[in-house]
Amino acid sequence: MKYESILSQLCEELLILTKGRTTVGENTELVGDLALDSLQVMDLLLLMEDRFDISIPVSILPDVKTVRDLAIQVEKLVSNS
Amino acid sequence: MGIFDKYQSLKTTRDELDALGIDPFSVKIDRIISPTEGIIHGRPTILAGTNNYLGLTFNPECIAAARTALENEGTGTTGSRMANGSYSGHRLLEQEIAAFYGKRDAIVFSTGYQANLGILAALAGPGDVVLLDADCHASLYDGCRLGGAEVIRFRHNNPEDLAKRMRRLGERAANTLILVEGIYSMLGDRAPLKEIIEVKREFGGYLLVDEAHSLGVLGETGQGLAEELGLLDEVDFVVGTFSKSLGGAGGFCVSDHPELDLIRYSSRPYIFTASPAPATIASTRQALRLLAAGKHLRKRLMANAEQLHAGLTSLGYTLGAPPSPVVAVVLDGKIEALQFWSNLLQHGVYVNLMLPPATPNGVSLIRCSVSAAHTPEQIDAVCAAFAELRELA
Repeated sequence: MKYESILSQLCEELLILTKGRTTVGENTELVGDLALDSLQVMDLLLLMEDRFDISIPVSILPDVKTVRDLAIQVEKLVSNS
Repeated sequence: MGIFDKYQSLKTTRDELDALGIDPFSVKIDRIISPTEGIIHGRPTILAGTNNYLGLTFNPECIAAARTALENEGTGTTGSRMANGSYSGHRLLEQEIAAFYGKRDAIVFSTGYQANLGILAALAGPGDVVLLDADCHASLYDGCRLGGAEVIRFRHNNPEDLAKRMRRLGERAANTLILVEGIYSMLGDRAPLKEIIEVKREFGGYLLVDEAHSLGVLGETGQGLAEELGLLDEVDFVVGTFSKSLGGAGGFCVSDHPELDLIRYSSRPYIFTASPAPATIASTRQALRLLAAGKHLRKRLMANAEQLHAGLTSLGYTLGAPPSPVVAVVLDGKIEALQFWSNLLQHGVYVNLMLPPATPNGVSLIRCSVSAAHTPEQIDAVCAAFAELRELA
């Protein structure tokens, strides 16, 4: 699956999660810009796991700051699955 | 950039609390009177948020056992279990807990937090997979992180979601460690253990049940949820704490797996910390005997839980779960919850304030925990305070 498709689906989930309060782009920070707390970020992983039928270990989170960071991680896991 | 820059948002939150004049995280009990009463801010206060489920903290037999150990064995062990910190009492307690559960062996840790840290860090290392319920306690998350296993969450109390994630793991599912709790600490709800075990039977793996809040509370002899459901044989590891129904401090893990003993040699939270003080071990051993024989205490505890649950329900509050010793009132927002908690304290009732992200689904909770030592009159008084504050909720 292409990165752009993953990014687009991730942005969709974030818009739902944030109830459309703000715009979401590649450089949007999950905590800094969207004010997601640690539990919400982990819940986002559950949604992405089901979207792409993959397992996402929570240990990726220290490497995830922006929407792009998460999209890259998902892309890696999708390509390995 | 300084090392304290990351604390800026925390400082902002703290400043907001200061502006409200409410500090729910620094409550000082000026004087503890009994398992259910204390003096806070100079005011007699009913303690309804202490996890003192069986009310054993002032039990004369436990106090006498602790006093004897204190006088005979000193104030502390000054060493870890692996060095000079294992006295005969530590090993006897392990044997007694193992016998209580009918399991092969047990390990005692210095706190309940360290029990989870110590077991998970040793059990689930790099290359292993842990599947944990999303609402599991922070100690289980932290133990997984310390061990370095691949950690995947499943939706709270959702066996189908667990099965879906097990399926994705393919052959790796057979070596997966599944983590659930007997009673979840925030809402007081129970794990659907029978259905979780059915998933384990289908895909393989190991099951660890944290009975921290269900030890002494559920089951004929107080072993917890697994005993109540007759499923203890299906559980690979039971962990628990001495700091709630046993009224002490410390934690344990029991298991039939003969390898449990080997964990002592690789568990850093076991190796690199001082062992529990002799007085703590002695009071815990006595409390365990009382717990096992404490059917009457469990009966009173559940009667109190049902009285509080029914009282708050009749007042129109939204509660987190069916009756259990943890009765969580769901409120709309953080500020409302803060104010409510503070007003309860002014009415002479201490409970716990729980805010996101420590709570599931972003809810704010007024969390009560009931004790067998509460009198019906005290429960009535708690309900009366909630009734007076009803308009704020």
